[in-house]
Amino acid sequence: MSAKLACLDLTKRYGGLVALDHIDLELASGRIVGLLGPNGSGKTTLLKLANGLLVPNGGEILIDGLKPGIETKKFVSYLPDAHYLPNWMDVKTLLAFFADFYEDFDMARAKDMLDRLAISEKATLKTLSRGTKEKVQLILAMSRRASVYLLDEPIGGVDPASRDYILETILRNYSEDALVVISTHLIADVERMLDEAVIINNGKLIAHRTVDDIRMKEGKSVDEYFREVFRCWAN
Amino acid sequence: MSWELNSTQPIYLQVAEKIGQRIISGEYPPGGKLPPVRELAEEAGVNPNTMQRAMTELENEGLVYAQRTSGRFVTDDTAKIGAVSEKMARHLASRFLADMRSLGFGPDRIAQVLADAVRDEKVTRTEALPQDRRNASDTPPEGAGPMQQEEQRRKNI
Repeated sequence: MSAKLACLDLTKRYGGLVALDHIDLELASGRIVGLLGPNGSGKTTLLKLANGLLVPNGGEILIDGLKPGIETKKFVSYLPDAHYLPNWMDVKTLLAFFADFYEDFDMARAKDMLDRLAISEKATLKTLSRGTKEKVQLILAMSRRASVYLLDEPIGGVDPASRDYILETILRNYSEDALVVISTHLIADVERMLDEAVIINNGKLIAHRTVDDIRMKEGKSVDEYFREVFRCWAN
Repeated sequence: MSWELNSTQPIYLQVAEKIGQRIISGEYPPGGKLPPVRELAEEAGVNPNTMQRAMTELENEGLVYAQRTSGRFVTDDTAKIGAVSEKMARHLASRFLADMRSLGFGPDRIAQVLADAVRDEKVTRTEALPQDRRNASDTPPEGAGPMQQEEQRRKNI
């Protein structure tokens, strides 16, 4: 198995609703991949399946050839789309928590990033703004020396200046042989840092192409391509 | 923070062009060492693979070369840099011509506009210089030269 992350005929249903519909997808190491799709297209479901938070109804999802579980969590760093950290915790406790939990957690790196954003280790999460909380979560995720990063909407809730900071943080901290998957609908903001775009809609894989291939062959940005694809869809 | 990029061309080509400009302008001097790919990628706000591909493009063009252990360098072949700058200048010129033609301008009109623009730029630049250096420059004294007269004439139109 050469693919870092592979979906084989992957299907997930919530009752009668098909969230992912027979997805076949292979993603390689050393790539930054945008998982793109409108709201409700299945992006979060796919990332949850990759983290073992959900189990497929059909097909399978493999990371380094393994089913998601304790083994894969050792090298997969996951940033969920929701605030999942308890509000009473302060940053210092969180750091200790992560260092204790993950062997690949790099404390110096985390402290450096917090410093640069002037986030105090003494701050309790409940005193932080929504955007700052998101930054703390991202710092925790990017401080792991993981080989797979699955980032669910890392820039969804922050202002444009912070978006730049977050994207810069991702670029600076991922190791070059790692796979980074960024799910978002803010395509224009992430486009320039992507190698590949995976576009899904209604649980189906629409396209999996490199960004430069889309620009070269379509003569337009991925953002414009995306808008066009979904304009067709609406008809 | 990151570089200005347009939305139609492949990103790696645009990035290669920007670095090419820095080489031509001498910001990265002939024979000089280039910053590491990762650093440039961060500065540009692009993926390191994209920057790598841009470097390969520049290598193919002969503007830079890689040395296995010590990194990447600008070529010390100044004739080569000159040739590329010539090529880039012609490329920019044809882009300008295409834009002007889309306004319905013919060759003579375009040449006139360009000559005017060059002259205006010279005047502005000269005015920006301190008094003593301005006198030493090749601009005729205030109000006397044909340039200023022409300027005045155009203002009156």
